[in-house]
Amino acid sequence: MINNTSFLIVLRFILLVLLQVLVFNKLNFFGYINPLIYILFLYWYPIKQNRTTFIILCFFLGLCVDIFSDTLAINAAATVTIAYLRPTIMRFVFGVNYEFQSFKLNNSTKAQQFTFLALLIIIHHLVYFTLEIFSFSNSLLILQKTIIVGISTLILGMLFSTLFSSKKE
Amino acid sequence: MQQIINFLIRYKIFLLYLFLLLISCIFTFQSHSYHQSKFLNSSNYITGSIYTFSDNITSYFGLREENNKLVEENKRLRDKLFNNLVLSPSLIDSTSVNYEVIRGRVINNSYADQRNYITINKGKNDSIVQDMGVITDKGILGIVENTSDNFSTVQSILSDKSNINAKIKNSNHFGSLVWENTTDYNVVQLIDIPRLVPLTIGDTIVTGAMSSIFPENIPIGTIKRFDLDNSKSFYFIDVELFNDMTNIGSIYIIKNLNRTEVLELEAETEAND
Repeated sequence: MINNTSFLIVLRFILLVLLQVLVFNKLNFFGYINPLIYILFLYWYPIKQNRTTFIILCFFLGLCVDIFSDTLAINAAATVTIAYLRPTIMRFVFGVNYEFQSFKLNNSTKAQQFTFLALLIIIHHLVYFTLEIFSFSNSLLILQKTIIVGISTLILGMLFSTLFSSKKE
Repeated sequence: MQQIINFLIRYKIFLLYLFLLLISCIFTFQSHSYHQSKFLNSSNYITGSIYTFSDNITSYFGLREENNKLVEENKRLRDKLFNNLVLSPSLIDSTSVNYEVIRGRVINNSYADQRNYITINKGKNDSIVQDMGVITDKGILGIVENTSDNFSTVQSILSDKSNINAKIKNSNHFGSLVWENTTDYNVVQLIDIPRLVPLTIGDTIVTGAMSSIFPENIPIGTIKRFDLDNSKSFYFIDVELFNDMTNIGSIYIIKNLNRTEVLELEAETEAND
């Protein structure tokens, strides 16, 4: 069972990186909208796993995307940040009961899943574009990119998570 | 001692997070000020192979367009040939050749970031080294930044680190070509042209002779709009590129055979100062 989970995680890791760099980095919708779809990895990652492994894995996930798109370590920084903040966000969205054994992402309501994903995306994109643009004189540009790219990521993320939700009741 | 260890164990997640964030920030700030990292870039073996694989599939969709471009370029060169603007081959002496051209293909292109890089399918094995110029049939594209055995990354002119010597065609007023408005990928900016220079919208901008990377007179774009900058003594010119930066296939890499000599001479002069 453990091996099955690890295998699934590794497979997701590779597929999401490839999907990001080969498809979504080349989208350039309206010139600059490239949804950062790979953060679904953090959305799908099992809850009751070792946090150290999780953070390190997320660092390498970001680093892989960085190496492909020559944006060294912007993605890594943003991904590590949301990896660290994920338990806090989950406690905020799902309440205390997410720590119980029986909790599953599929069992929560659509609104909760949506909020969870939206919070992950907002924090990630804010860190990402702040580091990329890196000047306070352009803070309006940072906000604009965060919101517009964030919305596109959110829409695609919800589509993907509905498409690949593991069990249908 | 016990307390320190307890502290470390209790906050190990937070410390790990800080450590990883620090590493990524160091990488990020390094790439702001220096050349990108030697190994962690898209010219390495794995990323290069994956991009080649994807390019092998997607390049088929643009074959007709690619063909048209090449025929168009051939036509231009033939026009020159028939009007005797080019020396006949017998007159070209190998000692007077200054530039060598290597052909290549773009396998990955980006233009929506602040610092855009292009990955091409030629590397050290094709005698590509850092700081060679890269052009297309229409105009300049960028400068080689990193090379591996079979691939290279090119710093696109669409990068806030890019700074290329450029001038107005048929004059010797030169300035620097930069990319300041980093959201518009068809327009770059030419700065440091003195206000005495007569300008007209539509004037052609070409590369200048001050660079040891590009030969003189490679087309860049046309003047779209110009205005005085804050100091009121220089122009700030928007240049519309000839190249469609979103659609690049075949490229040429220019090797300046005299570059080492020029650089050595310059280094020597500076050392003597």
